[in-house]
Amino acid sequence: MSLAASISVPSRSVSVDVDVSPGRTLALLGPNGAGKSTVLQSLAGLVDNDGPIRLNERMLDGVEPEHRRVGYVFQDYLLFPHLTVLENVAFGARAQGRGRVAARAAATEWLERLSIGELASRRPPQLSGGQQQRVALGRALASGPELLLLDEPLAALDVEIRDEVREELAAHIEDWGGLTVVVTHSFDDVTALAADVIVLEKGRATQRGTVRELIADPATSYVRRLVASWSED
Amino acid sequence: MARRRSALAPALWVPAGLALGLLLLPLVALIVRAPWAALPTLLSEPTVAQALALSLGTAAIATAVCLVLGIPLAFVLGQSALWPAVPRRLLRALVTVPLVLPPVVGGVALLLLLGRRGLLGQWLPFTIPFTPAAVVIAQVFVSMPFLVIAVEGALRASDRRFEVAAATLGASRFTIFRRITLPLVAPGIASGALLCFTRSLGEFGATITFAGSFPGTTQTLPISTYLLLQTDPNAAIALSLVLMVVSVVVLLTLRDRWVPGVAS
Repeated sequence: MSLAASISVPSRSVSVDVDVSPGRTLALLGPNGAGKSTVLQSLAGLVDNDGPIRLNERMLDGVEPEHRRVGYVFQDYLLFPHLTVLENVAFGARAQGRGRVAARAAATEWLERLSIGELASRRPPQLSGGQQQRVALGRALASGPELLLLDEPLAALDVEIRDEVREELAAHIEDWGGLTVVVTHSFDDVTALAADVIVLEKGRATQRGTVRELIADPATSYVRRLVASWSED
Repeated sequence: MARRRSALAPALWVPAGLALGLLLLPLVALIVRAPWAALPTLLSEPTVAQALALSLGTAAIATAVCLVLGIPLAFVLGQSALWPAVPRRLLRALVTVPLVLPPVVGGVALLLLLGRRGLLGQWLPFTIPFTPAAVVIAQVFVSMPFLVIAVEGALRASDRRFEVAAATLGASRFTIFRRITLPLVAPGIASGALLCFTRSLGEFGATITFAGSFPGTTQTLPISTYLLLQTDPNAAIALSLVLMVVSVVVLLTLRDRWVPGVAS
């Protein structure tokens, strides 16, 4: 199991190689506008990518988003407002042709696993930010992805609850155990969620390595600043 | 402070009051003069019942046709990526022409297209004008823009990224349309359909021009009302009352439905 992707989106001046192995969540770290989301969108098939992408034994080039088996947790979650929490989480299985009963049973299991079983019949607008994030994670995981993409998973949350939600998210990702890429501009997210890091600045990788290597030897002033303010906390 | 001074000049109250009177007093007159006691008898008269059934039936069919044809048109118009800006705006303007066109002109235009010697009609093996089908076509012509505008507006106000999210979950285009896009614009579709139905029910000019007024086949409620006013004023008033009640009910329904219910 692995992801080996060569991302090249000339229209947005993004060009970077992305490799992920299981159990080693990759963080794409970078300032706003560095092209982090473009990388995720390329992996998910939402923007055209010139380079080859191999996910496990499949080539994803030219494959439509709905056939990629790439789960995407969007920054603002994009939970379907007209469906209940259970229907949101069951959506992927239903869309892929599974029966209503089976899809709902699987979705219920996911909700239990994420400790939000009691929210099943609620609608997304009635949920807190932290709850919405868990539903979004459950919806993505329940669709049976081979690769999970998280776009700034904590950015939409209030600062007070971020630490707690971040820890839970890390535990759930580890529990799931599949290939994961998380985009963030927060070093707290990197240390809590990821094993490996690619620093993305202006569409190019300016540093790669383990989180530890990054802390020990920041390659650019951007990383140096992040590490410095992180170690002060 | 003794008294709050109105910000409005007193001179404005007079025309404002006149305007209000002009809008509301005719309806008051209709209600006051309505033959309330005789209403059940009047409404069950064969000609009246016939017109009522024809109107409800044709308006319902016209609304269904508007939904089947108008929703796809709204989606095509709303697909801004598909169109350069100029032809899209032009097309949208053309779609709304029937809104401002005098209905009689619409009826004449329909005759020239679908009449026995019309542009298209001369090639058809059957006759359309002066049949119930003509009633429905006239109603669709005048009411379709309401649906297209309502649905396109709802479409533009909805977040298209929900469709992207659905695709990443494995949903095909058709599934996305059926389970995400359509439900999200459902409030717009509902209000558009109600407006279509009301406009169809009240249609007069295009209908009488293109479909005539044959009792039982093309004589709809408004036409019947107009004709009865000369022979049986009480029946005409009763029919007017029915049309007014339908309009008010639709208005009350739309007041709550106009704002899309999914907005959080």
